[in-house]
Amino acid sequence: MTLMTRLACGAAALALSAVAAVAEPALIFDLGGKFDKSFNEAAHTGAERWKAETGGTYKELEMQSEAQREQALRRLAETGADPIVMTGFAFGDVLNKVAPDYPDNRFVIIDMVVDQPNVQSVVFTEEQGSYLAGIAAAKASKTGTVGFIGGMDIPLIRKFQCGFAQGFKAARPDGTVLVNYTGTTPAAWNDPVKGGELARAQKSQGADVIYAAAGGTGIGVLQAAADEGILSIGVDSNQNHLHPGKVLTSMVKRVDNSVFEAFSNPDAITPGVKVMDLKSEGVTLAMDDNNKALMTDDMVKAIDEARAAIVGGTLAVHDYMTDNACPVE
Amino acid sequence: MTRLPRWADLVLTPLISLALAFAISALVILAIGQSPWMALKTMVTGALGSSYGWGYTLYYATNFVFTGLAVAVAYHAGLFNIGGEGQAALGGLGVALVCLALPWPHWALALPAAMIGGAAFGALWALIPAWLQAKRGSHIVITTIMFNFIAAATLNYVLVNLMRPVGSMDPATARFPAGTVLPRLTDMAAAVGIEWGKATPANVSFLVALAACGLVWALIWRSRLGYEIRAFGKSERAARYAGIPPARITIVAMLISGGLAGLMAINNVMGESGRLVLNSVEGAGFIGIAVALMGRNHPLGILLAALLFGFLYQGGGELALFTAIPRELIVVIQALVILFTGALDNMVRMLIAPLFARRGTP
Repeated sequence: MTLMTRLACGAAALALSAVAAVAEPALIFDLGGKFDKSFNEAAHTGAERWKAETGGTYKELEMQSEAQREQALRRLAETGADPIVMTGFAFGDVLNKVAPDYPDNRFVIIDMVVDQPNVQSVVFTEEQGSYLAGIAAAKASKTGTVGFIGGMDIPLIRKFQCGFAQGFKAARPDGTVLVNYTGTTPAAWNDPVKGGELARAQKSQGADVIYAAAGGTGIGVLQAAADEGILSIGVDSNQNHLHPGKVLTSMVKRVDNSVFEAFSNPDAITPGVKVMDLKSEGVTLAMDDNNKALMTDDMVKAIDEARAAIVGGTLAVHDYMTDNACPVE
Repeated sequence: MTRLPRWADLVLTPLISLALAFAISALVILAIGQSPWMALKTMVTGALGSSYGWGYTLYYATNFVFTGLAVAVAYHAGLFNIGGEGQAALGGLGVALVCLALPWPHWALALPAAMIGGAAFGALWALIPAWLQAKRGSHIVITTIMFNFIAAATLNYVLVNLMRPVGSMDPATARFPAGTVLPRLTDMAAAVGIEWGKATPANVSFLVALAACGLVWALIWRSRLGYEIRAFGKSERAARYAGIPPARITIVAMLISGGLAGLMAINNVMGESGRLVLNSVEGAGFIGIAVALMGRNHPLGILLAALLFGFLYQGGGELALFTAIPRELIVVIQALVILFTGALDNMVRMLIAPLFARRGTP
């Protein structure tokens, strides 16, 4: 009896959700999962904000294997989800293949350019935000040595690293940037213990400001830096509040805004590349009460000047992706 | 302990283990407030209920057949090869190099070449731990585990720095030329007029996997080398006394094992993605250990166990994708199956042994 009831309930719930599914927006998270404390979680935050403000519902899928990407995209497209937003460059190849089969669906891909008439590609200028973080680090450092801790050694993270090094060297040509990567498997994105160890190792080499671009691993970096009495710089979301007064700033990448905009106004989704840069505040440095005391006037002035120069076009930050090389070490 | 009849050992024990694993999984699903019956239904229909589901199940199973056979061959020689993951990753590199090296005119030419490339890279990756075991006595379990990490680091370096097209964000190679695209099982079914498994990744590699099962069976039980491998695995001292050189058997068995693991790449790298991505193996090397354990290191058993794990992967994927059950729970279910079929095998055997003892069956 109970089994039958449960079955009936399940079937009813399934039928209901099928009805509600028409023209729901959808969000696909990459293998990191939606609670990665970083990139995917930012997308999740944006979607949740849309849900809270509009009362709407959306579909979400988390990948578990590479072979599922195509499966998930096709299934969502066939159920009529619109728009379909996906996070991460790894979807690029598959989306390029799938999008032409569903010309009536609109797709948004974050962190990758896919050239199809029904796809909007949202890319962030991480090098610009990291450049400003580099300047902040240069001004805050007493020893002249700062650290960079990445997750996996992939092009995207080198883009962060290169921008950071450029900003630091611009403000302090004689300084040193120490660079470490956490690992070579996807586990490197979620290894706070190792992140903490790397931060301590960099401190012992003289670093007194450490920039972490390593997803969940960064939590360990920020913790170790706070414990050791040195400064850290957070990434992706505003992480200033994690250790008030000990996190210099955060290089914020507004993935949440991109998801929110796509969900709220699907008709405004235009095919082509949408660049989220300093100008459109797609990337920025987080300033709030938690780091107010750390930001000296001199520092704020230097950051504002650099920001104005980059936005005005008089200063070009080199993008690692254009030639797979970085002009500074 | 009472010896079980053969059928009970081979069929009944795994089935009871499976039932126990699913029963506990059902309790876990109940505990998080979901219906186990709905979950089972989603898994079965998602993995086996349509030609679409079968297309995915067979794709995953193909991976597991190769890695399962790899573990089994080494196991018969008394070696525990935990390095399937790394060997398959390097096999992927071999396949990618072969596919990108020439503008292949037809897949029938590209496939044998890619098989040689994948198997050679996988075998060479297994050679170093094998040599260290044979000549230096470094334990193969430790070295093969460590070689998984070295393989991951090597692949990362090669993909990010050497083989990635400039300007591409994805640490992956370029697409392989059109002449290397393997026919999917869909296309093969369509050729004989059957509509089967639309848009699924199962491809001709599945047939290669079946052939590999046959060849491994012939090698282990019908060849001189297989006899030597088994003799060495059962008792190294007896084998030595019979004139079987231990170093040679260790190295040859590991080369075959690594080669089989490397062969997996024709399925996931050449057949599915058509390019080499960073995360291409996705744990299939480790699943191979469970598959070999459950399949009693016999090719037929491995094929069945691989199908079971293919079902768990695809059904679990459906569960995580399209129900409210979180994806972490799928790992719990898979772990329970491995725990019961692999580690707690003897427990089940001890439980059912009295039943047979009382009946007086031998």
